[in-house]
Amino acid sequence: MHIAVCIKQVPDSAQIRVHPVTNTIMRQGVPTIVNPYDLFALEEALRIKDRTGARITVLTMGPAQAEEALRKCLSLGADEAILVTDKVFSGADTLATSYVLAAALKTLDARTPVDLIFTGKQTIDGDTAQVGPGIAIRLGWQLLTYVSKIRELEPAARHIVVDRRAEGGVQVLKSALPAVVTMLEGSNELRFADMPGMFRAARQEVQRWNRDSIGVELAQVGLKGSPTVVAQVFGPRPKAVKALRIEGETPDAIAEAFVDKLFADHPHLEDAMLEHLELLGQQGVEP
Amino acid sequence: MEKFDVIVVGAGPAGNAAAYTLARGGLSVLQLERGESPGTKNVQGAILYADALEKIIPDFRDSAPLERHVAEQRMWLLDENQTCTGVSHRDARFSQQPYNRYTIIRARFDRWFSEQVKRAGALVICETTVTGLLKDDAGKVIGVRTERAEGDILADCVILADGANALLGERAGLRPAIKAEDMALVVKEVLFLPKETLEARFNISGTQGVVIEIAGNVTHGMVGTGFLYTNKDSIAIGIGCMLGDMKRQQLTPYQLLEGLKRHAAVQPLIDGAEMKEYSAHLIPEGGYRALPQLYGEGWLVVGDSAGFVNAVHREGSNLAMTSGRIAAETLIALRQAGKPFSAANLAGYRQGLDESFVMADLKKYQGVPELLHENPHILDLYPRFVGDAAREILTVDGAPKRDKQKKILGELARRRSLLGLLGDAYKFWRAFR
Repeated sequence: MHIAVCIKQVPDSAQIRVHPVTNTIMRQGVPTIVNPYDLFALEEALRIKDRTGARITVLTMGPAQAEEALRKCLSLGADEAILVTDKVFSGADTLATSYVLAAALKTLDARTPVDLIFTGKQTIDGDTAQVGPGIAIRLGWQLLTYVSKIRELEPAARHIVVDRRAEGGVQVLKSALPAVVTMLEGSNELRFADMPGMFRAARQEVQRWNRDSIGVELAQVGLKGSPTVVAQVFGPRPKAVKALRIEGETPDAIAEAFVDKLFADHPHLEDAMLEHLELLGQQGVEP
Repeated sequence: MEKFDVIVVGAGPAGNAAAYTLARGGLSVLQLERGESPGTKNVQGAILYADALEKIIPDFRDSAPLERHVAEQRMWLLDENQTCTGVSHRDARFSQQPYNRYTIIRARFDRWFSEQVKRAGALVICETTVTGLLKDDAGKVIGVRTERAEGDILADCVILADGANALLGERAGLRPAIKAEDMALVVKEVLFLPKETLEARFNISGTQGVVIEIAGNVTHGMVGTGFLYTNKDSIAIGIGCMLGDMKRQQLTPYQLLEGLKRHAAVQPLIDGAEMKEYSAHLIPEGGYRALPQLYGEGWLVVGDSAGFVNAVHREGSNLAMTSGRIAAETLIALRQAGKPFSAANLAGYRQGLDESFVMADLKKYQGVPELLHENPHILDLYPRFVGDAAREILTVDGAPKRDKQKKILGELARRRSLLGLLGDAYKFWRAFR
């Protein structure tokens, strides 16, 4: 079994500072980390490797310094690392990024067939959650997003069963392989690399692939291939909100006054509640 | 199990100097650092002394991230009456290349230094804490134990560059625990100020920078000093005192720093600046008499971990780099001569240190920590007296100058007896000669 894990090197958002004069984000000197969601993806892949002896290839598209992030993955147990890097790739939005990654994954698949692609549900810097699905669409593979658990993985039977977080509950989905899985946060706990892993990561060569290695159309990569334009970046304006003091003689009276006030301000909430209560009534449930 | 010629524990100035020199000398080197990357755990004022680094990387100026060269040094005595008495020295020759001292930001500088270490051929592994030393049955150090699984690594020699706390040597029984009396605690802030504002306030341009060393009652009578250094677009300000004093006086470091920042001489310089970073650090200031054993069977200790700090001149990183270099050169020479890294052979390290400014300066000031410890009034009475005397002599109030002079001397005699004065003068001369 061969698993590809797509990761991204991102600025540590906890340590980003805003320039006091120009109000722009100061990227210089901000430490970079592996996108935390991607580490859940890597750990899930590593657990499959522990069970089945799968081979893990980790790859990223990024500048030369993204090699650091790949080395971190090697230290944790990935077998191979590929840095997809080319100056024409810079300035890519999610469309161009998923195009390049899909091309790299096709190249990888042609060399050693890939059964599963893991990635985080989204990055902490872009927050779009589009690249994972973009890769699946471009490859024509099954897509499983927001996965919190791998229930079953049958390499021989070529299927996977996962828990997927959906609105209001959990979907248990079974899919054929190959598939793309985007992992949710908190789905596992990342391991601590052992010393041999640290040595391997420090010594192993990270492969570098450029536009020629993966055969891409120049019009579809980088800034050229990116229809998304960031028109403006601004912080949310603080709203002036007044605190309201609700008083009453008894706790019941306070609760009643509170609910009255709530419904008065949000009439649609009352409608929704009444509808729900009615439904419960029909089912014979005492509200 | 992995084995190297030398394992260097720590990636500060001492560790980097050692690892770089060893790798260039052809030895196989593993450097272990507990921080995420070199520099993330390291704190300094920070002044870089070109000479020490030049002896390791002669062309460092071409690529190292330097903030400003030191064009002017001021020495201030500050006290609680908001007085500031001092001297300043600016010399146009300080602004002629090659510059002698620079302000730096350690997070950037250490990253650069580590890059040079890697290029020289050392294997650098971060995020890995060394928890202990491995010894053979005869007690010879043969490697290190890390916190990671399968974490034992062997080496012919281990260089302890693990910083001020020196926990490794203590745990391995190679040295006693450091006393609070010998340790200073320094707190520091980096305050952002637009370049133009900063240059106007300090009367500097280009890459010129100003260094202000501060003494006096801002330390509340405790043994300690403060500093203010200019970076490109920020100011590093800090103050530190002996840990033992702070404990006795129940004062916190940030109280001292807030006091310094509010002082009438300092406040206008930092007015409107935004704090970017704060940090604290221990500095081993016990001096020569507090030095531990510096080498043994299969091990050497360098930098802060060895206590190589010249507290009088506020130098440390240059002693650290120099000790790291000398340690490395000792090992390279032994390897070339085919000799083992035994304690008898490693005595060459001590000899190299003795022949350098490191030991010369430490020996010169060996009496100072004790002098200040036993005569705390020296850092309180005299600075205060200097301030009062200056005010008296500079106040033109119709009194004849001879009377003023008498008044000043009378005041001095009132604060300290003649015998006390003579005693202090003698002790001072002995400690600083």
